[in-house]
Amino acid sequence: MRVVSAESMEIRVSDDVVLVRQAVRKKSIALGLGLVDQTKVVTASSELARNTLDYGGGGKALLELVENGTRSGLRVTFEDQGPGIPDIQLALTDGYTTGNGMGLGLSGAKRLSHEFELWSKPGEGTRVSILRWK
Amino acid sequence: MERIPILKMGEFLLVTIQVDMHDRLALTLQDDLTAQIVKFRAHGVLIDISALEIVDSFIGRMLASIASMAHLLDAETVVVGMQPAVAITLVELGLPMKGIRTALDVEKGMIALRGAILAAEQDGDASGIR
Amino acid sequence: MPTANSKLLEVIEKREDQITGQWVEQQQTTGRKLTAAEREQANRQSREFVRALKSALQRNSGGDVSGPDWSGVREFLVDLSSRRAKDGYTPRETASFVFSLKLPLFSALKNEFGADPKAIADEVWLATLLIDELGLLTTEAFQKSREEVITRQQKELLELSTPVVRLWENILALPLIGTLDSARTQVVMQNLLEAIVQTRSDYAIIDITGVPVVDTLVAQHLLKTVAAARLMGADCLISGIRPQIAQTIIHLGVDLSDVTTKATLADAFELALRRSGHKVVGQEAASTNAAAR
Repeated sequence: MRVVSAESMEIRVSDDVVLVRQAVRKKSIALGLGLVDQTKVVTASSELARNTLDYGGGGKALLELVENGTRSGLRVTFEDQGPGIPDIQLALTDGYTTGNGMGLGLSGAKRLSHEFELWSKPGEGTRVSILRWK
Repeated sequence: MERIPILKMGEFLLVTIQVDMHDRLALTLQDDLTAQIVKFRAHGVLIDISALEIVDSFIGRMLASIASMAHLLDAETVVVGMQPAVAITLVELGLPMKGIRTALDVEKGMIALRGAILAAEQDGDASGIR
Repeated sequence: MPTANSKLLEVIEKREDQITGQWVEQQQTTGRKLTAAEREQANRQSREFVRALKSALQRNSGGDVSGPDWSGVREFLVDLSSRRAKDGYTPRETASFVFSLKLPLFSALKNEFGADPKAIADEVWLATLLIDELGLLTTEAFQKSREEVITRQQKELLELSTPVVRLWENILALPLIGTLDSARTQVVMQNLLEAIVQTRSDYAIIDITGVPVVDTLVAQHLLKTVAAARLMGADCLISGIRPQIAQTIIHLGVDLSDVTTKATLADAFELALRRSGHKVVGQEAASTNAAAR
């Protein structure tokens, strides 16, 4: 897989979540995704950006246009140095939440994406990566 | 500070959400709406989301909160104008959106509200403030 | 290497007709049975290829087939492959166009260097490397062409999407015909939801009478469409569920308890009319009433 372009963004305040959405929208339009697919990847990114802010204490988002052979895709990776997720399996179950959320952030983002990767270590931080192919 | 405008339409209140909302704006809206429901003794709230291209779980929660709060204040809520792409994504996302009344547009929303208010009255809704 | 390859050019130049002739014969034994027209075409293509090969070797005997000197040969092979892909030749038949050149080439090399076993070994080795490269190139080009044909056909199929029918002021019908695959179903469902918005319809009837098989994926798509339509404020009914489909759905464990289903489109239409406050009245009764007044 090769990275065609990359853009990094900070997630520090709630306005940044809106900016991430707009940036992901722009990239998905550039990739040539249809409206429904755009909506899916932007919504998934919104969920994860919010998680990064609310549970990770802020962090950053990396937007990459990637290519693997003949297909191209959009990969968005969220990273924070927050408390981490102690029980990943539990966190991925629908409805699970430690805060006020509906607990859909992680599992929802996974459902809306073609590929999903989660790395987390309590005390070190979390990195979530979603990918949508064209 | 920016606020989402709330219009009075007869016995109903109409909220049109057009901007990409952040937390502060959402909380302000909830405050303003509950205040206005009481002030005008409104029986119905229409939330027009036809301009929203994204509805994530945060917005979903906000809509559900508004509906619950309004209900406590004896007002019924209907969410109108959801875009097809948003609807498809919400279903995929798995957001339950249960108990939230929906309609295609404002006009149909008002018909639905009148029906809901009638049903609530006939039910002798005990959870109302009246 | 350059010195050895330039001998290949010499040999081809010296024995061009012989090599070409043997090659055409070889193609006919390894390929499929050709019509007279196809044979003539193969003849022409073979002569043309040998000429292109010579020209490339003249410019660059280094044998790097990806370089600019070999573009003529590459273009020829790509063109041949795509034409054969479209004409329904098999991958083997197409690739053997190139590979069958080995035998006549080797035989010409043997005749030329017969007395020098080392020379033969070197020449044959270099020739085989060259032919293999060209053969692989041909196969790749063939593959690509096939994929392009398939992609185009898929696109056309999607565009033939089932149209949405307006049964009444606020009632739409979507008669699905044929086997549904995931991609087509998604497009069709999106169209239905868009139509609901545009026509401001309160009811949409998805009729699956014409769908022979409903698998889990299709059933899930149907359910998702019903759920999405609900979120938008419209009601979705499913009609045309045949006994076999009903069984499949239950066995798949798909939960349709939340969805209104009817056996026929007519039943679903009648229900939608009733729900929207309409009633169907027979004409006779109406005229009798009128006469009675």
